[in-house]
Amino acid sequence: MSSSPAFLNGAKRWLLVGIVLAAVVSMFSGQFNRYHLGVIVDIGINIILAVSLNLINGHTGQFSLGHAGFMAVGGYTAAKISLVVSPMLPPALQPLLFLGALIAGGLLAALAGFGVGVPSLRLKGDYLAIVTLGFGEIIRVIVQNMEAVGAASGLKGIPKYTTLGWTFGLAAVTIYFVTSLVNSTYGRGFIAVSDDEVAASSMGINPVRYKVTAFVTGAFFAGIAGGLYAHHKQFLSPTGFDFLKSIDIVVMVILGGMGRTAGVVVAAILLTLLPEVLRQFSEYRMIIYSLLIIILMMARPQGLFTWNRKKGAA
Amino acid sequence: MSHPLLKLDHATIRFGGLTAVSKFNLEVQPCELIGLIGPNGAGKTTAFNMITGVYQATEGTIHLNGRCIAGVKPHELTSQGISRTFQNIRLFGSLSVIDNVRAAMQLHCKHGMSASLWRGARFKAHEKEVENRALELLDIFKLADTRDEEAKSLPYGDQRRLEIVRALATKPKLLLLDEPAAGMNPTEKEELMHLIRFIKDKFQIAVMLVEHDMTVVMGICERIAVLEYGVKIAEGTPDQIQRDPKVIAAYLGTEVQKEAPIDA
Ligand SMILES: Nc1ncnc2c1ncn2[C@@H]1O[C@H](COP(=O)(O)OP(=O)(O)O)[C@@H](O)[C@H]1O
Ligand SMILES: [Mg+2]
Repeated sequence: MSSSPAFLNGAKRWLLVGIVLAAVVSMFSGQFNRYHLGVIVDIGINIILAVSLNLINGHTGQFSLGHAGFMAVGGYTAAKISLVVSPMLPPALQPLLFLGALIAGGLLAALAGFGVGVPSLRLKGDYLAIVTLGFGEIIRVIVQNMEAVGAASGLKGIPKYTTLGWTFGLAAVTIYFVTSLVNSTYGRGFIAVSDDEVAASSMGINPVRYKVTAFVTGAFFAGIAGGLYAHHKQFLSPTGFDFLKSIDIVVMVILGGMGRTAGVVVAAILLTLLPEVLRQFSEYRMIIYSLLIIILMMARPQGLFTWNRKKGAA
Repeated sequence: MSHPLLKLDHATIRFGGLTAVSKFNLEVQPCELIGLIGPNGAGKTTAFNMITGVYQATEGTIHLNGRCIAGVKPHELTSQGISRTFQNIRLFGSLSVIDNVRAAMQLHCKHGMSASLWRGARFKAHEKEVENRALELLDIFKLADTRDEEAKSLPYGDQRRLEIVRALATKPKLLLLDEPAAGMNPTEKEELMHLIRFIKDKFQIAVMLVEHDMTVVMGICERIAVLEYGVKIAEGTPDQIQRDPKVIAAYLGTEVQKEAPIDA
C-alpha cells in the first residue's frame, strides 16, 4: 500500500500533521505581537473546551452546564503542581513538568466528571443542566475558600508554559480523540443514546455507560484546557470559572451544530474573536456580543454550519 | 430439563388503579411464531414492555431461558436474546440507515473504545465486517440502497422495516414485533408477513407478533394468544381462536382503531 507505516493511516496521519504544524508555527510565534498571540491561544483553548463539551451535549445529547467547573478543577490542579514543583526542576525538565501537570489536572477533572455524572445520569434535560450548573458553582465556592490555591484573591505567578504549540497540539489531540471515539460502531452508541434512549437500551446499548464515558472524557479535556489556560494567563481567580464561562462554551456547541465537530471548531474560533473585534465599542461590547448571539441563535437554531444533515458525521 | 424460551407466569402490571396486564400466562418455544392480538388498550404493548424490561412486572414472574428477568435492564435482556420493534417507530432519527443497524451491532462488537481510538488494521477489518453484515440484513428488507439516508427521512413503511432490521442486528433469539405492518396497504402487509416468516426460518428465532389484521395473523401464526382488558381470554391455533366465542365477542363490531396507545 502506501509508504507510510500501517499505524499511521487515515485519521492518525491528520493528528500527526496537526501536532507537527502546531509545533512548527509555535517556533515562529516570536514574530506575532503579544496580543494576537494571546488571542490565538485563547482560540485553541476554546476549541478544546467546545469539542469536548460537544461529546457530552452534542453527540450524547446530555445538557451539561458544568464545563467551567471541570476546567477549574484541571486549571487549579495543574497550576498548583507546577507552582510547587517548578522551582525544584532544571529548565530542561520544565516541559515534562507541564505535561505531567496538565494530565494530572485532566485526570482530576475526569474524576469530578465521574462524580457528577454517575448520580445525575438519571436526570434528564433541564434537571441535569441544573445539577451540573450547581456542581460548577460548588467548585467555584470551594476554590474561593481554599487558601492553598489563593482563595478569593487568586493564584498568582503561575509559570508561563503554555505556547501556541502546546495549545494547538492538544487541540488536535482532542479533536482526534472525540471524532475517533464517535466514528465507529462502538461510537454510534453515543448518538443512539442521544436520539432515543429507550430504543437504544432495547438495542443492547447501555445508556449509563455511554453517558458516563462522555462525561468523564469531556471533563478530562476540559481539565486539560483549564491547565493550558492557567499557564497562559499565569493567574487564576475563581470568578473566571463562573457559569457564564460554561454558557459561552454551550453557545459554541449549539452554534456549531450540536455534534458536528467541524462546525463546533469554527464556532469556537468565531466566538473567541467576536468579543475582541467588539473591543472598540468598549462598554457596549458585552451587550452587542449578547445581542449577536441571540440573533444567531434565532436565525440558525440548527447551528451556523449545518450544511450536512448527517449528524455524527463529525 | 429444557426450558421454554420465554415463560410468563401470572405476569401482572398495574399503573396506579389500572391493571394493564393481569395474571398473564404464556410460554414461547424456540423458533415459534406466535401472535398476540386484542383490541386497542388490551395491554399488548405493555406486555412487550414487561418482557423487554422497560417496565417491571408488579406481580408474577417472567423467565427467559429459565432465568428470572426481574430487575434485569433492557440492554442486558437484549444481550440475552430479546429484541423488539416499537409500535410508534423509535429509530435513531439522526443516524443514517446503515448506522441505525451498526448501532444495534455494537452489542456483539469485539472492538470497543480503545480500538476506536487506535484505529488499527484489525479495527478496520472489523468495521468492514460489521458494515457487510449490516448491508446483508438491509438487503433482506430491500433497504440496502437507502443506506446513507437519514433514518427519519425514510417513508413510513421503510422506517417500520428498518426497525425490524435493527432489531435483527442484535442477534435475538426472541423478536417482538409491535404492529410492524401498521399503516401499510394490504400488498405491503402480505409482503412483510412473508418476510417475517422468512427471517424466522433463516435466523431460527422465535417471533411474537402484534397485529390487528385478523386475516394476516391467522395466516402466518402457529399459535395465537388473545388479550382483552389485560386478561388472556384465549390461546390456541388459528383455527381454535377463530371459533372461540369469547374472541368473537371481543372482536365483533370492534373495528380496528388507529389511535395511538401509550408506548414505552
Ligand atoms: N406507562 C403507563 N402508565 C399508565 N397507563 C399505561 C401505561 N402504559 C400503558 N398504560 C395503559 O395500559 C393499557 C394497555 O395499553 P397498551 O399496552 O398500550 O395497549 P395495546 O398495545 O394492547 O393497545 C391502556 O389502558 C394504557 O392506557
Ligand atoms: Mg399497542
